[in-house]
Amino acid sequence: MARIGFERLAQRYPGSPHYALRPMDMVWEDAGAYALLGPSGCGKTTLLNIVSGLLRPTEGRVHFDGQDVTALPTERRNVAQVFQFPVVYDTMTVRENLAFPLRNRGSSAREANTRVEHVAGLLGLGAMLDRRARNLGADEKQKISLGRGLVRGDVAAILFDEPLTVIDPHLKWELRSRLKELHRQVPVTMIYVTHDQTEALTFADRVVVMSEGEVVQVGTPEALFDRPAHSFVGHFIGSPGMNFLACAVHGREAMLPGGQRIALPRAYAPLPGRVELGIRPEFATLAREGLPVALTRVEDLGRRRIARVELDGQPFAATLPEGMAVPAEPCLALDAAGMLVYADGRLAEGEA
Amino acid sequence: MAKPHNDRAWFLVLPVVALVAFSALIPVMTVVNYSVQDTFGNNQFFWNGTAWFQELLDPSTDLGGRFFDALWRTLLFSGLCLLIEIPLGIAVALTLPRQGWGVAVSLVVLALPLLIPWNVVGTIWQVFGRGDIGLLGAGLQALGINYNYAQNAFDAWATVVAMDVWHWTSLVVLLCYAGLRAIPDAYYQAAKIDGAGAWAIFRAIQLPKMQRVLTIAVLLRFMDSFMIYTEPFVVTGGGPGNATTFLSIDLVKIALGQFDLGKAAAMSIVYNLIILTVCWIFFATTTRGQSEAAQ
Repeated sequence: MARIGFERLAQRYPGSPHYALRPMDMVWEDAGAYALLGPSGCGKTTLLNIVSGLLRPTEGRVHFDGQDVTALPTERRNVAQVFQFPVVYDTMTVRENLAFPLRNRGSSAREANTRVEHVAGLLGLGAMLDRRARNLGADEKQKISLGRGLVRGDVAAILFDEPLTVIDPHLKWELRSRLKELHRQVPVTMIYVTHDQTEALTFADRVVVMSEGEVVQVGTPEALFDRPAHSFVGHFIGSPGMNFLACAVHGREAMLPGGQRIALPRAYAPLPGRVELGIRPEFATLAREGLPVALTRVEDLGRRRIARVELDGQPFAATLPEGMAVPAEPCLALDAAGMLVYADGRLAEGEA
Repeated sequence: MAKPHNDRAWFLVLPVVALVAFSALIPVMTVVNYSVQDTFGNNQFFWNGTAWFQELLDPSTDLGGRFFDALWRTLLFSGLCLLIEIPLGIAVALTLPRQGWGVAVSLVVLALPLLIPWNVVGTIWQVFGRGDIGLLGAGLQALGINYNYAQNAFDAWATVVAMDVWHWTSLVVLLCYAGLRAIPDAYYQAAKIDGAGAWAIFRAIQLPKMQRVLTIAVLLRFMDSFMIYTEPFVVTGGGPGNATTFLSIDLVKIALGQFDLGKAAAMSIVYNLIILTVCWIFFATTTRGQSEAAQ
């Protein structure tokens, strides 16, 4: 159990002029469930490997419960890690696999067995303890990897590096809910790396969104949806992502390049750089009155329909209300509650 | 669409049939033919039935005694080679660098002995071990060790085994190295997280992952050492006495030295059957192990 802190932490790989991970300060609370979310190459695995100690950061410090562990090797950090591809020790039984971390640390066979039985119970592996690990399916192997982390009572954090990549879709759901349940039973810090927003948002209490080596926002799933701190978060979270309209903002009014005016819920001081109005498709509906748009196509997502339109040449996604036929002269109705203003990609704070 | 059927297509395999006939079938059948006949020269042959085989497999006869002596010697030689080369090869493979310029250098250096023709290997060691001018022989003499592979059976054995180890351990190293390189990094990272030491990593990850290449290495090294001829023939000529007369050397002595074609033919057939049996047992056990693993 540990509170994990980063102090001016950064990583630059040799020979590269860019930061793989840009300098940052952050604290992850003890027993929290965190997700590191971002596209491939955004630095999330780098950050994870720094936490586990597989990678030593080029700058900054890592603290576990206030103690500096930057220089400590992996085996002395008490972290467990579950990898993208399940790692099991082929020649061992499930029981021996689970006992391996304990036996390596000098536990007696009896002690280890008690822990193993307990953890196998938690993971639903009890019935197959004496089977050879190599004959199991990918999801069971991944459970064993996870079990090797849980079996150590003193583990400070369990790190997951896209653990569901090779799991069949119908088993993903089961494993994910089991993880969530485990986190409730075993209060241990869990850090989950993924590029799948559904996985991140369902698993974590707090999601750390990363892009190009930078942490762009840390927040609850609701916060990421309601108030993306960065246009990247707006794009990345939600399906489809947030709409961004280039505009000019004066006080309580946004003006589109075509001259249409939109009333804003807040007043803004003059903003520097590229100014955009962000609004999620959930707050924009196709209507008979409002801003005139040109309809490109309608996507049926099952539970709802999305109208792809063009507003003044700018692409825009809006909700097509249930049961409504596509209007002959489609217009956009925007809900002021969902309007946010971004300057150079960052959320601008307005005054009520 | 119906496939056209034309039996004349069989003619297309004729070249292969001719090739295999000349390279394998006809020689083998000639040997089988010799093995059931006796000759007193002059190209006159008499039917002898299975007498050669009976004599060969009966240790109390002259031929049988010779055969079993040579067989035990060959088995001992193969056993010693495997016992030394396999663990040594694994150990060397584990110490090879995993990246950087050292990889290419070590691989090339290791491959060198494999590229040397077998009779040259024999000659190298024959000179190397000589007490007057050989580095090894003269060096041991200088240390006060009375080493002489031409007179002392133990020295002859040590030389022949050392030569085989020098010549062939590289093959085991290269195979093991390939097996080790194929292990994904995640395994090592997981082992680190699980607090495994070097020995635990070897037992839990490296050895099991090398199982397939080791199977191949053991099979290749068994076959090659079991039919070894050139190198010991050049170094010791089978001596001193018969101390290093392996099956292949004895076979050539009988066939070409004494010109006992019938005895030699019977012996080479039995020799061949032994190799086939061992390989088959080996193949059967390993493929069974693998199909179990696949289930």
